[in-house]
Amino acid sequence: MPSSKAEPIVESPARLDVEGITVGYESRSILEGLSFRLDHGTRAAIVGPNGAGKSTLFKALVGLLPLRAGHILIHGLPLGSHLDCVAYIPQRENVDWNFPVTVRDVVTMGRYGHISWLERLGRRDRAIVDESLERMGIADLSTRSINELSGGQQQRVFLARALAQEPHIFLMDEPFNGVDRVTQDATLELLDHLREARVTVLISTHDLNLASTRFDRVLLLNRSLVAEGPPAEALSEANLAKAFGSSLLVTGNGRILVDECCPGGHHGCEDNDGSDGHCHEEPSASRSPDLGVAPRKP
Amino acid sequence: MIHLLLEPLQYGFMQRGLLAAVMVGVICAVMGTWVILRGMAFLGDAMAHAILPGVAIAWLLGGNILLGALVAAVAVALGIGVISKGGTVKEDTAIGILFAAALALGVAIMSSIRTYAADLSHLLFGNVLGVSAGDLLLTAIVGAIVLLAIILFWKPFLVLSFDPVLAATLRLKTGFLRNLMLVLLALTVVVSLQTVGVGLAAAMLITPAATAFLLVKRLVPMMLVAALIGAASAVIGLYASWWLNIVSGSAIVLVATLFFLVAFVLSPRRAALGRR
Repeated sequence: MPSSKAEPIVESPARLDVEGITVGYESRSILEGLSFRLDHGTRAAIVGPNGAGKSTLFKALVGLLPLRAGHILIHGLPLGSHLDCVAYIPQRENVDWNFPVTVRDVVTMGRYGHISWLERLGRRDRAIVDESLERMGIADLSTRSINELSGGQQQRVFLARALAQEPHIFLMDEPFNGVDRVTQDATLELLDHLREARVTVLISTHDLNLASTRFDRVLLLNRSLVAEGPPAEALSEANLAKAFGSSLLVTGNGRILVDECCPGGHHGCEDNDGSDGHCHEEPSASRSPDLGVAPRKP
Repeated sequence: MIHLLLEPLQYGFMQRGLLAAVMVGVICAVMGTWVILRGMAFLGDAMAHAILPGVAIAWLLGGNILLGALVAAVAVALGIGVISKGGTVKEDTAIGILFAAALALGVAIMSSIRTYAADLSHLLFGNVLGVSAGDLLLTAIVGAIVLLAIILFWKPFLVLSFDPVLAATLRLKTGFLRNLMLVLLALTVVVSLQTVGVGLAAAMLITPAATAFLLVKRLVPMMLVAALIGAASAVIGLYASWWLNIVSGSAIVLVATLFFLVAFVLSPRRAALGRR
């Protein structure tokens, strides 16, 4: 990168600190006074109803949305002082699949943060691209155009790209939504690999079962932090009721069902830049109109 | 047969015209690849019309027309960026307003000139056979700048166009890159002025690139094929205009359109273009 003359990444303190951030679009704040801390190598699930601000949190973490208040510190340094430390898997609907690039071209973009704009990929970069393709099981598709792939294969292309970025923090927005079995397994396998590499992983999901079995920590979100902690603790019935409100159903034998609109990967609320309202009723938490200026401490 | 090809080349104006048309064909096609991938086709068309006042003023003052166009185009490019940045006025609305207003202003200024009809038609539809050696040099310089910028900013443009989120995580200066793209588009439109005129400039930008999009599946080949189609359209169109005695700008654009139609019928990616 031409502007990559930032300080080298200090590995200690190795963690992600989010301190009282408020984020939103235009006049609306989506997330208010959100604070949490994740140690390096933690695997965290972000759970919450549609419109809770999961995608908004991701956009803030990659620097796509400015912070109205608060700080995000990675390795103790503010966001933006080190490059390419965060990898983000976009939702499939947000990608132009007709763009004239091949699978390998996309994965190669993962190395752009490690070389200057005019440099060609070095031997090590090419080896990393090969390895990432291999790991996601798409090496044999590398010369295919991305619009020739199935949905699951398309997702694996972006997983491979994120892997090639060698990130410290890995963000995935609903990776288990509407994908085939092979892709789901490949994604879960990738999570184990990332844990070995001590990469911090944040995944938003609607799948409470998955969140409680496959993750170290759960962040329960609804415009602000409802609960944070080990799955059993964070996903208590009381916390879920607080986060999901009326869309939560508790059945007799202790099973909890969460009613979510738009199954199959359509998320009306947060992805269309948030400017045109929301598809769910306002969460019960009280809001004052000027929270953008004075964030509420959790 | 060979006689048919060589006869027009006896004339200096035809040699210069061919050279200019080929250069314009290549520059427009390469820039046009970014234009169609980024969905800026309407902007390109609008920009071509919006430079008319600059041209008209330069004409009135007896200055260099291309220079006048260049100043107007860069001003309009940055202006559109400023107006649509806030988000209150949608970009295509802003473009539509600026585009019509600038065209009206240009025609108004031109109408105060005595030889109005003939001059205006040259501006609207090009006058490639009237290209001077100086124009040729300016076209070459501007073209070299555009192509060099596209090579130097290849990776940032690719990332910005394909995945704005990755651009953000890589801390690209997206505002700067967008404006740079607009300025390059403006430069391209200006050099296409003398070949096909403001009315048809958009066709040279979009048609060869869209044709190439139908035929290949990677970016570099797409640009090369687009450039080839742009150049071929220029040469075939100019010969057609010579032998059939039709306006050269129209002939070039019609040939490019013919290429597109053939590719459209044969393309494996036809469905893809429809979904864009």
